[in-house]
Amino acid sequence: MVEFAINGKKVLAEKGETILDVARREGFDIPTLCWHDALGSDGRCRLCMVEVQRGSRKRVVTSCLYPVENGIEVFTESPDVLLVRKTVLELLLARCPNSDVIQYLAKEYGVSKARYAPDNDKGKCILCNLCVKTCELNVGATALGMSGKGPLKKVTTPYGEPSHDCIGCGACVAICPTGHIYMEDRNGVRMIWNKRFDLARCPKCNRYHAPVEQLEFIARKSGTPLEELLICPDCK
Amino acid sequence: MIVSIEQLDGIAAAYRQKTGTYSKIVKICCGTGCISSGALKVYEKLNEAIAAEKLIDRVLVKKTGCHGLCERGPIIVFGEDEILYQTVGKRNLDDDAKLLLKTIQDGTVAENLLYKGEDKTKRYVSPRDIPFYSGQTRIVLAQNGILDPEDIEEYISAGGYRAIHKALQMDPAEIIEWIQKSGLRGRGGGGFPTGTKWRSCRDAEGEPRYVIANGDEGDPGAFMDRSLMEGNPHAVIEGMIIGGYAIGSDQGFIYVRDEYPLAVQRLSTAINKARENGLLGTNIFGSGFSFDIKIFRGGGAFVCGESTALMSSIEGKTGEPRAKYIHTVEKGLWDKPSNLNNVETWACVPHIINKGWEWFSSIGTPQSKGTKVFSLVGKVKNTGLVEVPMGITLNEIIFELGGGIQGNRKFKAVQTGGPSGGCIPGEHLGMPVDFDSLTKLGSMMGSGGMIVMDERDCMVDVARYFLKFLVDESCGKCTPCREGVRRMYEIVDNICGGNGEEGDVERLEELAKAIQLGSLCALGQSAPNPVLSTIKYFRDEYNVHIRQKKCPAGVCKALTAFMIDPGKCTGCMRCASECPVICISGEKKKVHAIDQSKCIKCGTCYDVCKFDAVKYE
Repeated sequence: MVEFAINGKKVLAEKGETILDVARREGFDIPTLCWHDALGSDGRCRLCMVEVQRGSRKRVVTSCLYPVENGIEVFTESPDVLLVRKTVLELLLARCPNSDVIQYLAKEYGVSKARYAPDNDKGKCILCNLCVKTCELNVGATALGMSGKGPLKKVTTPYGEPSHDCIGCGACVAICPTGHIYMEDRNGVRMIWNKRFDLARCPKCNRYHAPVEQLEFIARKSGTPLEELLICPDCK
Repeated sequence: MIVSIEQLDGIAAAYRQKTGTYSKIVKICCGTGCISSGALKVYEKLNEAIAAEKLIDRVLVKKTGCHGLCERGPIIVFGEDEILYQTVGKRNLDDDAKLLLKTIQDGTVAENLLYKGEDKTKRYVSPRDIPFYSGQTRIVLAQNGILDPEDIEEYISAGGYRAIHKALQMDPAEIIEWIQKSGLRGRGGGGFPTGTKWRSCRDAEGEPRYVIANGDEGDPGAFMDRSLMEGNPHAVIEGMIIGGYAIGSDQGFIYVRDEYPLAVQRLSTAINKARENGLLGTNIFGSGFSFDIKIFRGGGAFVCGESTALMSSIEGKTGEPRAKYIHTVEKGLWDKPSNLNNVETWACVPHIINKGWEWFSSIGTPQSKGTKVFSLVGKVKNTGLVEVPMGITLNEIIFELGGGIQGNRKFKAVQTGGPSGGCIPGEHLGMPVDFDSLTKLGSMMGSGGMIVMDERDCMVDVARYFLKFLVDESCGKCTPCREGVRRMYEIVDNICGGNGEEGDVERLEELAKAIQLGSLCALGQSAPNPVLSTIKYFRDEYNVHIRQKKCPAGVCKALTAFMIDPGKCTGCMRCASECPVICISGEKKKVHAIDQSKCIKCGTCYDVCKFDAVKYE
């Protein structure tokens, strides 16, 4: 067991847990955008910063990655923490002025308007990497990645072309914290990442429910017969 | 296969006997700087001349690594520092080749190829007397202008591969103890105690362990590691073998940026030669210890000089850093214990083993031991590589070794530590150069870049330059660095463009603090340094840009106008002939005038005018 303090409150944790795990369990509010309970985090968004004091040494760390240690004191709302959080939100608001999620969070931390010229080419993407990770680790398709660096970095399929590996499952859409990724189902066709997918129709209820490529992918991976997968979850 | 010290002695003796048959040895610097100044043409021409005179058996013409005085390349040295010729072949290759031949044949010193002193009258024959060299303490660079980097026998004859032989007789713990006691700290910029790092890696759980040399030098204007890898690759290799033995690793990697093709080629040659001789591979010196090295070429991302990004890159992943709450000595390359040191740090290791930790720790200051190589560039007279003991003052480096400011202008600031460093003004020139004092001044040692600036450099523009570099080189992984640095750039760019507003400086300071605190890796955490240090020492200059819309150095184009003072202009026509856009008019011996509508504000007229008649405001 590891014992330490968050905002003066004594807390207990298992070795290997992060500060964020424990703080959330204990009811402390720490905002995150790039963290997901199925995928953890790489420390990209920098919203979850907290201040850790060990002896006389104080530093600001990412709570989503920092492993708990005996005797540390964690402060979730120190002046330095709030400065970073507010700045990150202002920067993200300037990058994604149309994201309601960012607008809401920014307002919560006192940022109503960014002091920088708003971008108009980034959509709502904050480069949290969750779509890339879920595609690789949860789906197993690895159709997405990051290209470029610095201000040109973006999430994309290879060369921006329709990807052979994309199965149109939409996991990236579901996990995206800001609703950046565009997906549309219309007349039995799904459009996502510039690729067209024919949707499978449930033989029982006649409803379109999933891309054929996705069902074929699952059949291949799991050994379940495709006919069985064609039946929609509601009719099973 | 070399398995004993006797064999090393044998190779050394054979090499000395071979070279002893030559009556003259001529060393042509073939570092990247001298090659681009035409050293290879000089090499060919001289060899032709020697062949024509049938002197081939008596004269050995050698290619060596970088001498350091790159400003005056191509450099040629005769014998053991007997004569140094500079800018050979720059004016007329045929004439200079004749002069070289004359020196070879009857020892006549060619006066006009000698290095000239400040007053243009004193000429120096031996490099030992030139202040640029005599003020240096060369340890890692000592053999750089002497050895042929592709000749392992010469390295061995100069004492090479004896340190690893000695180390293999020692206990690994004792080697680590020596490195620790020597006080060696990381030369790549961090200044972390090398011995401590080695110990942590040796003590870490997990197998295999890796040792890595970081040769991804990317700071603008810096070429210390390049010169070492190109000029003395075996020293880096030998250091790594010792490190591998001490840490318990059998595999090393050298990460070199692909923009250093000569370094890649010479390292590859050196590794192959070491392997052929059994100095890399299995059972080195019959000790049972095995070690090999692979070269990994980096794709040119500045961030890959950061240890975790570098390791990601070797793993074949995107070069992005990760949080180091668990250190790379515990979980580094492929999550295995990994010890990464800079190329220069590795090159120090054989010297410490050969001469003892007491010797190394006797050089330098209490907290920073040994020497440091700097690439001295910018507005200084002698640009090039200098190796100096820690604790030397900035003043000595810039004004004694560097010979002062070009054109005898006024010194303004020196930028150290690359894009992560800062600008230090004149009042701190007396400060000793070591890891801690530079950090105290708001700059840092970094890997050793040193850019000297004069009164014609605008400090706001300098900050803007480094910000632009960092905007492009940020990997984009974390928000504060990716978004924050480019917003800092926008603010500074606005100030340079005449659109600065009251409060901009304070906004920069606030944003800078958040970026320092919130960024994931050292690139972001130190990215605001060039801005913060220029604000700290040159706040007035920012204010003049913002409030009076003027650039005191005459650099920011939107805020500068060049004019000719009719009282001083002699009508010499120099400015008119040099102006790249031909916007200066005037007849001979009559006052000239600049057409402001065409002027691109390059400042050439100001720089070339001998009568101080061009003004700017």
